[in-house]
Amino acid sequence: MNSTARIATIFRREFAAYFTSPLAGIFLVIYLFMSAVLTFQMGGLYERGQADLRPFFQVQPWLDLFLVPALSMRLWAEDRRTGTIELLLTLPFSVRDLVLGKFLAAWAFACVALALTAPLWITVAWLGSPDHGTILVGYIASALMAGAFLAIGAFLSAFTKNQVIAFVLSGVACFLLMVIGFPMLLDFVSGWLPRTAVEAIAAMSVMTHFESMMRGVLDGRDVLYFVSVTAAFLFLNGIVVEWKKAE
Amino acid sequence: MKELIVARGLRKSFGSFEAVRGIDLIVPAGQVLGFLGPNGAGKSTTMRMLTGFLEPTEGTVTLNGIQLADDPIAAKRTFGYLPEGAPAYGDMRVEEFLNFVARSRGYTGAEARARVDRSIERLHLEPYRRQLVETLSKGYKRRTGLAQAILHDPPILVLDEPTDGLDPNQKHEVRELIRRLGDDRAVVLSTHILEEVEAVCTRAVIISEGRVVFDGTPKALDAKAAANVTSNRLDHVFRMLTTSDIGGASRTKAASQ
Repeated sequence: MNSTARIATIFRREFAAYFTSPLAGIFLVIYLFMSAVLTFQMGGLYERGQADLRPFFQVQPWLDLFLVPALSMRLWAEDRRTGTIELLLTLPFSVRDLVLGKFLAAWAFACVALALTAPLWITVAWLGSPDHGTILVGYIASALMAGAFLAIGAFLSAFTKNQVIAFVLSGVACFLLMVIGFPMLLDFVSGWLPRTAVEAIAAMSVMTHFESMMRGVLDGRDVLYFVSVTAAFLFLNGIVVEWKKAE
Repeated sequence: MKELIVARGLRKSFGSFEAVRGIDLIVPAGQVLGFLGPNGAGKSTTMRMLTGFLEPTEGTVTLNGIQLADDPIAAKRTFGYLPEGAPAYGDMRVEEFLNFVARSRGYTGAEARARVDRSIERLHLEPYRRQLVETLSKGYKRRTGLAQAILHDPPILVLDEPTDGLDPNQKHEVRELIRRLGDDRAVVLSTHILEEVEAVCTRAVIISEGRVVFDGTPKALDAKAAANVTSNRLDHVFRMLTTSDIGGASRTKAASQ
């Protein structure tokens, strides 16, 4: 059995696991409800009089902050709590198979949730003539951001047997990765940090890259940023699994 | 007989604590090895090193000719393992869980189904196959763990307390199964129950504080007891070997609780 088949086995198990608890249903309902409320009420999708999904994409980072950790918190903490980690690591899997299988299952679930917001796209397409390219790039950016947050959450989940701790740590970590790009914070540090350092901090932030993509520009650097963050945390995830497995 | 498990010079330290202090274990096909020792003696740690869950600080493990450190995935195909506490996915039904293990072992379609059915049959799990693992009693959960371990008919079985939590009838059935499996396989099982060693094992290894203190047949173990000890002879030998003096029996008692 090759690595792809092994990853697929883990993927199937983990993806199905979301649906055996009420988690999948609760997640989808809250995500779709909040997306709609925030887009129409706060974002004023109709009142703006523009056929685009900017208000929808603007709220995505904030929704992800609470909902993505809910998807990633159980990935490793649950296996460590119940001892199934010992079973997984003594079946013919490598740590890499497990890390990728679990991550891809959570990411696929997040992408399904995102895809279920398609009626919004259909709505603006029906009401006006939006730039479909911009909307598509917005969706790609949202999916990539969710992936990066999930990789961070999976990495933190491997540290603990307690899902609540994993949830809180992931939320805080993702929040920090967002706020380091806020002008308020950057203005504050620009007083005593050299310009290049301030720019470096801004470049590390999710928001810098997400907002750039939200404008509809599919820039390789932004994609590379999300892919690198995801890959780096998945790599670290494997190390933590090895390190913490027997505790 | 082919040497299926070859472990040499196994040592494992956790920080400054040395849990296993140099264990050699060679198990040929056709042997059922009972692994005994007080709690904390290093039984589970040793079994975790045999199955690749823990990397030894020193020493090597070779399973059916494959060195674990060189090709862990190939080596992990050669054994079935029941970890301590028989962990399983509580949110899955018994047959779903076994099907997951079958897929993990590379079986698909009709072959996976046949393997799952055979395992369920061997452990008499048929009435429970649609039940969620988390709702199973301790004994049936243990049997599900065993069903998972023997699913691919491995040449090697490593079973951490396979009869723990079973009622006397279930214990008897599982012992019969292990004895049958041991005819042409290498089986290592850990247990607290000394009568189990007499009932199923062809070899007994007692470890204490990370070292082997006895290695021989159950008969030889029995022979170590003084002639004037008439009841619980194995308990007597166990205490003699794993405590510094026979008066230390209270310590063993405390440790086994």
